[in-house]
Amino acid sequence: MGDRVVLLGNEAIALGLVENGCAVAASYPGTPASEILSSVARWQAKFALSMHVEWAVNEKVALEIAHAASAAGLRAAASMKQVGLNVASDPLFSAAYTGIVGGLLVISADDPGPHSSQTEQDSRMLAMAAKVPVLDPASPAQARDLAAAGFELSERLEIPVMLRPTTRVCHAGQDMVVRPVAPATRRASFRKAPERWAATPALRRRLHEQLASRIAGAAKFAATAPALWNPRVAARRAVVASGVAFAHAREAMEEAGLSDLFALYQVIQPYPLHAAFIERLRDIYEEVLVLEETQPVIEMQIADRARVRGRLTGTVPQTGELLPEIVFELIAQFGGVAPGAPVRLPAEGGKRPTLCPGCSHRSAFYAIREAAPKGIYPSDIGCYTLGLNLGAVDTVLCMGAAISQAAGFSFAYRLGGEQVDIIATIGDSTFYHAGIPPLIDAVVQGARFVLVILDNGTTAMTGNQPTPATGVGADGKATVPVDMEGLVRACGVSFCRVADPDRIPEFVSLLREALAHSRREGVAVVIARKPCAVFARSRLARPRPRVEIAKECSGCRHCLARFECPALVFDETAGRVRVDEAACNGCGVCVHACPAGAIHLSDGEGATP
Amino acid sequence: MNGSGGGPSPVVQQIVLSGLGGQGILFLSRLLAEAAVERGLPVLTSETHGMAQRGGVVLAHLKVGPFSSPLVRAGRADGLIVLQEENLPLHLPYLSPGGWVVVNAPSASEAGRKIDLHAIDAGGLAAQAGYPRSANLVLIGFALARLRGRTAQRGLFCTPGEILRALSRRGPNEGGPKQAQAALELGILHGR
Repeated sequence: MGDRVVLLGNEAIALGLVENGCAVAASYPGTPASEILSSVARWQAKFALSMHVEWAVNEKVALEIAHAASAAGLRAAASMKQVGLNVASDPLFSAAYTGIVGGLLVISADDPGPHSSQTEQDSRMLAMAAKVPVLDPASPAQARDLAAAGFELSERLEIPVMLRPTTRVCHAGQDMVVRPVAPATRRASFRKAPERWAATPALRRRLHEQLASRIAGAAKFAATAPALWNPRVAARRAVVASGVAFAHAREAMEEAGLSDLFALYQVIQPYPLHAAFIERLRDIYEEVLVLEETQPVIEMQIADRARVRGRLTGTVPQTGELLPEIVFELIAQFGGVAPGAPVRLPAEGGKRPTLCPGCSHRSAFYAIREAAPKGIYPSDIGCYTLGLNLGAVDTVLCMGAAISQAAGFSFAYRLGGEQVDIIATIGDSTFYHAGIPPLIDAVVQGARFVLVILDNGTTAMTGNQPTPATGVGADGKATVPVDMEGLVRACGVSFCRVADPDRIPEFVSLLREALAHSRREGVAVVIARKPCAVFARSRLARPRPRVEIAKECSGCRHCLARFECPALVFDETAGRVRVDEAACNGCGVCVHACPAGAIHLSDGEGATP
Repeated sequence: MNGSGGGPSPVVQQIVLSGLGGQGILFLSRLLAEAAVERGLPVLTSETHGMAQRGGVVLAHLKVGPFSSPLVRAGRADGLIVLQEENLPLHLPYLSPGGWVVVNAPSASEAGRKIDLHAIDAGGLAAQAGYPRSANLVLIGFALARLRGRTAQRGLFCTPGEILRALSRRGPNEGGPKQAQAALELGILHGR
């Protein structure tokens, strides 16, 4: 027997991978998927498994690595968030054609809402476009089971299979039993077949036909067929749901006393929808309500506007998370039951996220506003996106876009003969992920801007995962650290300096120098290097100076607006700023943030106006 | 859908925990989940991660019993544990008509007059005792003691002993296991 423990969905997925012989796992961090890979590493250690587990530079690389392992006959997985799937989509589409040997699971975690993403796109749509089957778990325990089913389906059909959890599976906890895991026994063995693995366009037509027939096979695979939850009920109406929407629907039906009123189906494999199921729906039911997130993948495959209600018919909201409150309303309406008193949804809002006390990104943004107050500030994805709060982030598009957009703005203004200050910011992990190609492009095309690489030595927002420069991998073993300055210079950048952003006066001077260079010559790079305040600098480990606000404080709030440290709080009664000592990190950088020089450190050091 | 916990007592309870990133809301919800497992009860939890951790609002849902959905629906929570007082108006809609609220606040607010609200200055007590980051444990200790003796759904489903055991099994959130235990017991003391 095993131990019953509470596992997060991501931990359960990771367990599903290792207990089904996954030998290679690669990922790039992204909420809500990040803990999958770190959990694989923990299970690997716990059960002493021989595996290759890595944080890859980006999701495309992760999937390509997994695909090669699978081509060599091993079971492999790549995990990511949904926008990371966009990055990995190139290998995904091609891999559907080449097929695989060892089971290949592509785990793409969606974020309905969205809570932490640039889109609330539906990875199942990409699966449909790429023609790979996709499995849609409704709970952490089911996610674990579907890892097993996914590997089997993948090997049976010889194509990749996508596993698509959402936030309410990834970051839900559930009790389940953990048993010891036996090591995988396969050895790598790549059988050459260039007509498959290196197929040129002429050969791809044949591969596509093969794929089409394999997908048709998936639509008949018994283990992933839709399940009817109340078979004793004879009804002419049905609710068809997948993922967490199914979980909400099941509870809603029970609560509203509607479990005998209509049939409830759980779809486990939204694409390809089982052919026999589509026929059954058309034969038996007069009305079908489809509940799924985030797009009408199941609904469009049923392809019957007359009897199906869902997102396409405007019955189910098109945007936002399909919360249990909304599901309850929809079920009640479908069942003809009065919904009862309108329920107030809990309010959004409350305290907004902000950079941590002591975060050096804050210093960098403060300095950027000082050095280029009228500048354009393209930025990127990471903790530093919170530079929004300091008015130092103008754009966030997708990974690496800070650099491309800086170049784009530079070219756009140059056409009109205008010179504009452009200071782009990007994190170290983001830079390795997607920043190098656009940097090369910017140098080659003669763009003029300053790039500040905010190097805090970690991938912070997602949980402090290592970067290519950290020197340690997902499993704690040593990795070969990459040299950032070398990379930047190799892209052709002639102005590349490294500095501590917390030394604000010097950093502002350096930024001005960089701006001057960019106006004359081209791209200038400043690497703002300081370890992450939360991760690497324990605030308990060193003597902290006390920060004091002197009587010169006029309550102008400049420090609150432009420095925005959570430890600086406005005292409404006193009409001035005070320090929240419990929150204060003791970094002392705020002394530079007061135009009146009213912020002092307790060792007597004052601000230089 | 759930694990087949299958204990003898048919306990069903839904709790929402509310706070800010860094306060240890998720830690509390995991302790409670482990207590449920010790009792042989099926349990589902939900958490908010990522952006929320940078000082933003954090919500955890906890459902003990044969549930499928990991989210507590508005108006259905048996109890609301609020570590950041300013969140109370935001998350009060989760509370069911007969539900209880335990809040980290110096005194009971306006809301306290119309609902079953129990206030304790967990932050102040924790700071005074020398472990300011363990206000979360003081608060749950207080809740355990204050709600003790109530029948299942009107109280808190677990005992102080179960939480203490869950604490001793896990890494503490600050200072070491002795400190975590002290914080819990400080809360219990004030809840009696």
